[in-house]
Amino acid sequence: MKITLKVWRQKSRTAKGEFKTYQADHVSSDMSFLEMLDVLNTSLIKKGEEPIHFDHDCREGICGMCSLYINGHPHGPLQTTTCQLHMRSFHDGQTITVEPWRAKAFPIIKDLVVDRSAFDRIQQAGGYVSVSTGGVPDANEIAIPKKIADEAFDSAACIGCGACVAACKNASAMLFVSAKVSQLALLPQGHAERKERVEKMVAQMDAEDFGACTNTRACEAECPKAISVTNIARMNREYFSAVFSSYEVTVGGGD
Amino acid sequence: MKLESKVPEGPLAEKWTKHKFNLKLVNPANKRKYEIIVVGTGLAGASAAASLAELGYNVKAFCFQDSPRRAHSIAAQGGINAAKNYQNDGDSVYRLFYDTIKGGDYRSREGNVYRLAEVSVNIIDQCVAQGVPFAREYGGLLANRSFGGAQVSRTFYARGQTGQQLLLGAYSALNRQIANGKVKMHTRTEMLDVVVVDGKTRGIITRDLVTGKIESHSGHAVLLCTGGYGNVFYLSTNAKGSNVTAAWRAHKKGALFGNPCFTQIHPTCIPVSGDHQSKLTLMSESLRNDGRVWVPKTAHKGLKAKEAASIPEGDRDYFLERKYPSFGNLVPRDVASRNAKMMCDEGRGVGATGLAVFLDFSDAIKRDGKDLISAKYGNLFDMYKQITGDDPYQMPMMIFPAVHYTMGGLWVDYNLMTNVPGLYALGEANFTDHGANRLGASALMQGLADGYFVIPYTIGDYLANIGWNDKVGTDHPAFKEAIDKVNDRVTKLLSIKGKKTVDEFHRELGLTMWEYCGMSRNEEGLKTAKKKIQELREEFWKNVDVVGSANELNMELEKAGRVADFMELGELMVDDALNRSESCGGHFREESQTPEGEALRKDDEFSFVSAWEYKGDNQPEELHKEELRFENVKLTQRSYK
Ligand code: SF4
Ligand code: FES
Repeated sequence: MKITLKVWRQKSRTAKGEFKTYQADHVSSDMSFLEMLDVLNTSLIKKGEEPIHFDHDCREGICGMCSLYINGHPHGPLQTTTCQLHMRSFHDGQTITVEPWRAKAFPIIKDLVVDRSAFDRIQQAGGYVSVSTGGVPDANEIAIPKKIADEAFDSAACIGCGACVAACKNASAMLFVSAKVSQLALLPQGHAERKERVEKMVAQMDAEDFGACTNTRACEAECPKAISVTNIARMNREYFSAVFSSYEVTVGGGD
Repeated sequence: MKLESKVPEGPLAEKWTKHKFNLKLVNPANKRKYEIIVVGTGLAGASAAASLAELGYNVKAFCFQDSPRRAHSIAAQGGINAAKNYQNDGDSVYRLFYDTIKGGDYRSREGNVYRLAEVSVNIIDQCVAQGVPFAREYGGLLANRSFGGAQVSRTFYARGQTGQQLLLGAYSALNRQIANGKVKMHTRTEMLDVVVVDGKTRGIITRDLVTGKIESHSGHAVLLCTGGYGNVFYLSTNAKGSNVTAAWRAHKKGALFGNPCFTQIHPTCIPVSGDHQSKLTLMSESLRNDGRVWVPKTAHKGLKAKEAASIPEGDRDYFLERKYPSFGNLVPRDVASRNAKMMCDEGRGVGATGLAVFLDFSDAIKRDGKDLISAKYGNLFDMYKQITGDDPYQMPMMIFPAVHYTMGGLWVDYNLMTNVPGLYALGEANFTDHGANRLGASALMQGLADGYFVIPYTIGDYLANIGWNDKVGTDHPAFKEAIDKVNDRVTKLLSIKGKKTVDEFHRELGLTMWEYCGMSRNEEGLKTAKKKIQELREEFWKNVDVVGSANELNMELEKAGRVADFMELGELMVDDALNRSESCGGHFREESQTPEGEALRKDDEFSFVSAWEYKGDNQPEELHKEELRFENVKLTQRSYK
């Protein structure tokens, strides 16, 4: 296959970026999208040019590191991660536009690499059960209905890639945040802290400059792990029952 | 050098309890006066950092990824073993210990392995308490499955994403401590050296991967939780970033490297599709519970999966079932891998390259129905289809062995401390628990055992002994000197401006390692490999092309440093393989086989851990031997017939 690539190049966070066009002439349909970029990068290096920087690590769809916005879709045309996208999903002669995630909360570091540390800070605000190592009950003392455990798993499957934010016209992080809130709200282990958790995580999300959710569901449509917007509904419920319940929670919400 | 394993005397089942009692404790009020550095945030690193911070120590944690949640533990699929005996099928701590030591082909320490089995039960409790959504039965209790040839059901799992869920559990515990201010997290930061002053570990040198800044960090102890070195083979199931640099730098500062040639080849990976291939994808070995492995009885060059149905039943060779009737398709990983390779060497391999065998689910689908099979393996089937374009519900999968895990690693004692005081290695980065071959679902267990339940006790002993005053600040000349060295190396890499890319060197190294130091080895091949690696290394330092500059995000520069270390490690692996002229565990030494062509272990000569000492650039390393003593198990030749 022959492919024309229009790739966003940007030297650093503050530099001005632009699209550059590249020709990839020996593309095999068995290549993954990232392998196609590897081959292109080798040819750039041979010409003394700097290779295109992009994030990736596991290349098996689970670490959440890869993050390319391809032809107007995060992770490209399929509902999968960029690393699991193969060139057989494109056709000979096609022009492919590759951009970084675009969101105020995800500043560009270089080329297609963005800074997603805002996601970590949201998790730090309350995405855990406060148990320390040791001194916990036997695992089978907590019986959890299989259906609930399965549902919690569905929410826990989020890989933290940020495609939901990139897909959303408001750059909202609701899907990502609600996935963790849901997982721990569904499971009995998370109940003791559910009020604090949702209030703190939402406050941090707002502090990070993510946009509001206007129910367009673009996030769900693009999420590679099929995280459902039901999670958002569940988080809203959690949130309202939390803020209107008995005591007040001091939320942080900052760097 | 005398190697002290520090495994306590006494009955096996009491060793750890007794040892814990004998370890010194750090007064709770003094814990906050200590600073501990944790490199790597996978299962071992994240669990250690969180647990130590919970105890009150100040922790600085480092990872090269953009978030601790991305560490490669996340990719483990199958499950985690624990001797809970929830199934009432005869499991026990002793049985898990026995299976692990036998599975490792008697090349690990009894004391360490027993402890691993002992704390395995606590791990499950801990993870459930954190909210890890393990699979459950309808009654609400935890589900188990039998995995990787085990005769009991002791594997806990979370669909095919157990590693992900366990890592996210550890990540959440780590996050809680970051929020508490007890862990200071440094992401996109790579460790490039260890600083040792007066015989004690005092800190590390890092490079900020975004700004390129080289920095010093001092602490009372350093924990390397940096994973394995499977990427020395270029193609492996490891993440692209997985590397040996931290461990290798430590080795060059005096830490012994244990059993470097012990690598695990996983039988069920998706075969290579072309030269562009950048990594290999594992299909969980749980697939072998229902899939049948076969090749045609006679060579069919280029046979495609969709043509498999045209081979009549009588012309198929279900070679594992044929050769190992009692274990069949569930033989251990090394046996399955070697036999697949043998079929391909005989010319009976399938697929375009001839380097693949079939893994066929048609009988299972006929027996159990598509729904049940899809409930068990749905995500794996989807992943396979996504990568290859073939649908495993319609035709067999094609699989081939690939490098997956490295049992070797930094030599550590029972306390997980290397021979350099204050320097520890946890998880896959150390050599301890898996001997010459790791059993399925044991890697997650070991990573979390080390981090949650071993290091929090053992580190206290060292810290209490040295006292909180015994610390060297980053203004010490040793830090300055180490920084200069790191800077020089970076400058050197950028200044060569040769003709070959880093990947080209890496790929060449990988091919050599796979060809001569992979599943099957012989003396002549290993000698050839040694020569080739030396030549490649020489060429690298004259002809590598690293574009870009030092003070920015420069992924070529990152790779170059890692590949340079892989080349040195590769040579040591070859030396170790040359020295160990026996077949054992995951590797087959051609000169050492039984008349039936099975692996022949030589206990009289090789019941030891090889621990290699770095002796300076271009000097041969010195081999030290830690004799292995077996007081509880009788050494037998493995037989899966
Ligand atoms: S919700 Fe989906 S798209 Fe968003 S971070 Fe998680 S996996 Fe990625
Ligand atoms: S590289 Fe890990 S999910 Fe794509």
